[in-house]
Amino acid sequence: MTAGNGRRVGSPYAPHTDADEADMLDAVGVDSVEDLFDIPEDVRFDDEFGIDPTGERELRQSLADLFARNEELTEFLGRGHHAHYVPALVDDLSRRSEFLTSYTQYQPEIAQGFLQVLFEYQSMLVELTGLPVANCSMYDAATALAEAALLANRLRRGASGHRVLVPEHIHEGRLGVLENYLDGADMEIGEYPMDDGAVDVDALSDLVDDETVMVYAESPTVRGVIEERLADIGDIAHENDALFCLGSDVVALSLLQEPASVGADVVVGEAGALGIGSAYGMGLGIFATREDFLRQVPGRLVGVSEDAEDMRAFTLTLQTREQHIRKERATSNICTNQAWVALRTAMHIAWLGPDRLVDVAKDAVVNARDLAERLDDISGVKAPVYDRHHFREFVAYTDQPAPAITNDLAGRGFAVHALDDHHIQVCITEANADAADDLVAAFEEVA
Amino acid sequence: MNFDQARFSRDDVYEPLLSEKDSTTVEVDADGVLPDDLTRDELTLPGLSEPQLARHYTRLSQMNYSVELGPYPLGSCTMKYNPSFTEDVAGDPNAAVHPDRSDRTIQGTLGLLHGLQEYLATIGGMDAVTLQPPAGAAGEFAGILIAKAYHEARDDDRSEIIIPASAHGTNFASAAMAGYDVVELPSDEEGRVDIEALEAAISEETAALMLTNPNTLGLFERDIVEISEMVHEAGGLLYYDGANFNALLGRARPGDMGFDIMHYNVHKTFATPHGGGGPGAGPVGVVEELAEYLPSPMVRETAAGYEQYEPESSIGKVHGFAGNWLVLVKAYAYIARLGDEGLADASAKAVLNANYLASQIDLEVPYGPFHHEFAATSGDRDAADVAKRMLDYGVHPPTTKWPELVSQAMLTEPTEVEDKASLDDLAHAFNAAYADSDEALETAPSKTSARRIDQVSAARNPRLSWQSLEADEE
Repeated sequence: MTAGNGRRVGSPYAPHTDADEADMLDAVGVDSVEDLFDIPEDVRFDDEFGIDPTGERELRQSLADLFARNEELTEFLGRGHHAHYVPALVDDLSRRSEFLTSYTQYQPEIAQGFLQVLFEYQSMLVELTGLPVANCSMYDAATALAEAALLANRLRRGASGHRVLVPEHIHEGRLGVLENYLDGADMEIGEYPMDDGAVDVDALSDLVDDETVMVYAESPTVRGVIEERLADIGDIAHENDALFCLGSDVVALSLLQEPASVGADVVVGEAGALGIGSAYGMGLGIFATREDFLRQVPGRLVGVSEDAEDMRAFTLTLQTREQHIRKERATSNICTNQAWVALRTAMHIAWLGPDRLVDVAKDAVVNARDLAERLDDISGVKAPVYDRHHFREFVAYTDQPAPAITNDLAGRGFAVHALDDHHIQVCITEANADAADDLVAAFEEVA
Repeated sequence: MNFDQARFSRDDVYEPLLSEKDSTTVEVDADGVLPDDLTRDELTLPGLSEPQLARHYTRLSQMNYSVELGPYPLGSCTMKYNPSFTEDVAGDPNAAVHPDRSDRTIQGTLGLLHGLQEYLATIGGMDAVTLQPPAGAAGEFAGILIAKAYHEARDDDRSEIIIPASAHGTNFASAAMAGYDVVELPSDEEGRVDIEALEAAISEETAALMLTNPNTLGLFERDIVEISEMVHEAGGLLYYDGANFNALLGRARPGDMGFDIMHYNVHKTFATPHGGGGPGAGPVGVVEELAEYLPSPMVRETAAGYEQYEPESSIGKVHGFAGNWLVLVKAYAYIARLGDEGLADASAKAVLNANYLASQIDLEVPYGPFHHEFAATSGDRDAADVAKRMLDYGVHPPTTKWPELVSQAMLTEPTEVEDKASLDDLAHAFNAAYADSDEALETAPSKTSARRIDQVSAARNPRLSWQSLEADEE
């Protein structure tokens, strides 16, 4: 349809010509499209939204102007959302429309490409965790943790209680999501104490009992501490017939002890650290577990089968666990997931390969240690606060009020996190290590 | 149109796995970095060069169908064209910020989120919108938690959610996750909510009724005002599943129909890419009375600029941070691009296309009149077989065997982006496949990267990683 001035009105993505539209209406047997809307008069909307259509060029400009209102800061921020350098290959190939604009692989014969990518993603997670089953994505680490707790509860129906134990230092977002997921299952959350930034194993041991269905620990923790006693934590959980759920991320997993070797029954966490960079908290949840829990796994699984010519072929499998078949008895309500982010993460891992992936992880340890030492040299700063090994990030004590420090640093072009009145948290990866000298210099001015 | 999919060699029809091309084991030597007992001994992953990877993923892409290759008429999935430019604007480096940044330093990001909250509220007739849920099902879950918080705040203990049998399976799963019992509602002879059955199902235990409108047969629930009054009179809330909202843009708003809570599938209605199964985004809109329960954070505009805040009686969080940001940017850009006229036209053309396609196919289409999708039946022919045969005619087939209300259902949603010629091709694929021999149907497809895949053996003998394949070979 065109307006008097020849400008097309209506959706720029509806391709109909006036002649086609007339033919189609004729074939349907109505005079106008409006005749096709079977909506009672009393609920018809006959007002306007007041949203002006905008040309692509103008809109591109106005969005660029809007985003330009974000201050350009070099971010030394982490706490569950980490930005490593994303190679151009990932942007380029993941945006191929055959991947980007496809749907869930309900017709596997015509979706072998994406299914294979997801199968390879699952395989990479199996390698990184040492656990034999990995699904092909959750929304983020928080929802993955919550699903792990629900899985533990289903498996431990005989337990006298329904308690999940989590560290007192847990990201508020993860705790918040966990609370919401557990509420409907009549489960409860207990917090165990930390000692010098790591699990207080003795205190945990006193807290785990027959009412506990799952013990959750993280390494690295939200404050960047690498746990040294994971196997002991796993033993405590298992002695009480509880599951041991370990939270981590794909970069850390490439360097730290394999979760399977420390007794983890479930591994959850973030994979988006590789693949999407700083995307305002958008992530990719990982979920890996033991073979015997296979039919309790939430989300989608890609498996291998054969086609009619006996050739290897991929398909979604074990779908009888899912909501579209099991409805309210499904293992989870997750349907749309983060498949495309999983594809990007798989590409990023493959691009790095095992050598460079381990190097990225080592840099995350070395850079954090070096930066902490340099900040520690500044008068009025103690870093790291915890006498532990750190991964990517650490907490520093500042004599000056922390909010004032972060504010002053922002004025000098840097973003760090104020944890409380006198503690800040700093995160460094290979992606921002080049700016470490400048950060230290700025810190000297403001501390 | 006749779409042949890539098969790279007749001797070796598949693209090898990365691990088959190269599998590299490296010893993890952490000397001077971490004590040995804190690190793993070795790591095995593919170690390929960038050109090798570029070919691998390009080949795999050529073994994958997408909406940019042809029609993708999966019912209730709204697979419409995703504009290229929304992808570009989402990639603006200034938009890539960390969620721990202070409000003052990310006014652009918060401005877009606030703008999208307002857009969606207006389009849905709602008073307030959260953008946090990362998918439609997550939106359902958040919406039901909001309903639960509302009832609990009134000391009104209710245990049931009513859901029509034809609803999306996620409705049932989300209600159950929130701790509710599900009461399944049969449809009437015309495929709509059976008012008498609803009357019988409603009680003082009813926390909410979840409805899709138009429903999964593409039928508008004409009695929606009466339904709304019945639910509200019993003290329940009305929940709108936004999966089929593409049919109503600019013509009817859930808020005006009496819905108290709704989720928007922005990856459907507002044309953000589905990414092979995600990410999506499932913003939730509510009426004023429920706004205080929305998840935290929300964004509001103050004299000093945009700021994030926690609603008074917030349910807390349904995502670790603020949801699927990149998807939200694309939805915002799409809505701003189309504006009032474009959004209304999208619905008009979606409805026209569905009705035209239905008029051109030889399969019976029970019920009606329908909006943006219809459930044809393949009668005594197996719908899944007809679908596989349609692949040979170069199109993606519709959703099959769902909703169960129609036997051998082929739920078809062409969306507004197909032109008449493309719809004629789709109709041809339907008709030709439907008329083909039993043998042709049972042996289809033949022009795809894989022939008919044995799904039973995949489930019976789960092999879910390349490690499991290697174990099998040993």
